[in-house]
Amino acid sequence: MLTKRIIACLDVDGGRVVKGVQFVNLRDAGDPAELAKAHSASGADEIVLLDISAAHQQRATLLDTVRRVAAQLFIPLTVGGGVRTLEDAAAVFAAGADKIGINSAALADSSLITRIAERFGSQAVVVAIDAKRGKDASRWEAFTHGGRATSGRDAVAWAREAESRGAGEILLTSMDRDGTGVGFDCELTLAVADSVRIPVIASGGAGGAQHFVEVFRDGHADAALAASIFHYGLSSLGDLKQQIGSQGIPMRWPC
Amino acid sequence: MIAIVDYGAGNLVSVKKALDWLGQECLITSDPAQVAEATKIVLPGVGHFASTAALGHSGLQDAITGAIGCGVPFLGICVGLQWMFEGSQESPETRGLGLFPGECERFPAHVKSPHVGWNQLEVDSSSRLFRGIPASSFVYFTHSFRVSLTDTTVACSEYGGSFSAAVEREHIFGVQFHPEKSGEIGLKLLSNFCAL
Repeated sequence: MLTKRIIACLDVDGGRVVKGVQFVNLRDAGDPAELAKAHSASGADEIVLLDISAAHQQRATLLDTVRRVAAQLFIPLTVGGGVRTLEDAAAVFAAGADKIGINSAALADSSLITRIAERFGSQAVVVAIDAKRGKDASRWEAFTHGGRATSGRDAVAWAREAESRGAGEILLTSMDRDGTGVGFDCELTLAVADSVRIPVIASGGAGGAQHFVEVFRDGHADAALAASIFHYGLSSLGDLKQQIGSQGIPMRWPC
Repeated sequence: MIAIVDYGAGNLVSVKKALDWLGQECLITSDPAQVAEATKIVLPGVGHFASTAALGHSGLQDAITGAIGCGVPFLGICVGLQWMFEGSQESPETRGLGLFPGECERFPAHVKSPHVGWNQLEVDSSSRLFRGIPASSFVYFTHSFRVSLTDTTVACSEYGGSFSAAVEREHIFGVQFHPEKSGEIGLKLLSNFCAL
């Protein structure tokens, strides 16, 4: 049976993981390569590396980071942040990424999805959607530029278009839940997951095992991503997967 | 020297990286002469079945067929496995190598496609490729087409019905999943192939 994936996200700025971390036995807790390796060893199904600086002068630093992370990682690696052109994507793939995440650039020009998919395959294109509930609480708007600007697009409609343009997966972040630890937005996840035929990764709000169970069961998510839950307090991803698995959700465990 | 065949499709870096990690001498090449001289051949592939047409035009197909005929171990990964069959619904005009009978088919409509993620295997204990690998291991898949069960299937998986996750006959091997992305299990499988 296909398992539900638990994805660990590393936010990187200038070659360093910027959120606090509490891994033991690491020489350098801010080093993305060491952290990715540690997450993989403790049971992460995939790693997402998010370049939150995305400043143009730091592209070389990012590519170097991707190379160092990829060299020691034998599970799928997605790299997002600042990919604006086919050439940007090609450089990130050449550095060792398996998939790229695109957001603002795809909203600005959705043909970018198609161009990357035609060259590298749909499985390599993850369209990231930052969604926020609108005035009408049953709808969500897609935001761009790290959540700073609204695109005016309905998140569900945009997910469908991204799929038709060639996206292989949707990484769906609830801006309302991000960083709160109160649980994923299951309504948002369900609305998108039931509207597309490609896998949907839920993100934003993970605080404990029960939240993952809910977003898989009620939100129909295929995968769930978290960052801070793995960085603060929760020492073992394996424990988390066991707790989720004990509630009947198929997990890759033991790995 | 292990040749990783480059036919302009997909990302070969991760396969090279895994073989480097295992301490294997390998090179990524699109030169039929280098493929013909290789001690082992790996044909990776992500993307569209139609991309394998380039193998026929470039002389790589002849080099591969010749090497296989001389007993050189061959491993096809993902689309690389699919190409070892007769063809695929994904691109009916593109013919496969026909080393194994059958065609690649779509997943049934009631499951999401592509099939992406970690799925569990059921492994035939007689397989050389899976030597030392637990029978119900998890591996990473990402594909939209699949091969049914055949008498050369040595590992199967379940998604909208049972399908071939790996095939094996003599020194010819194919895996639908990505061993280079399947953690320790995948590295063990690649190491088994390298040790043949």
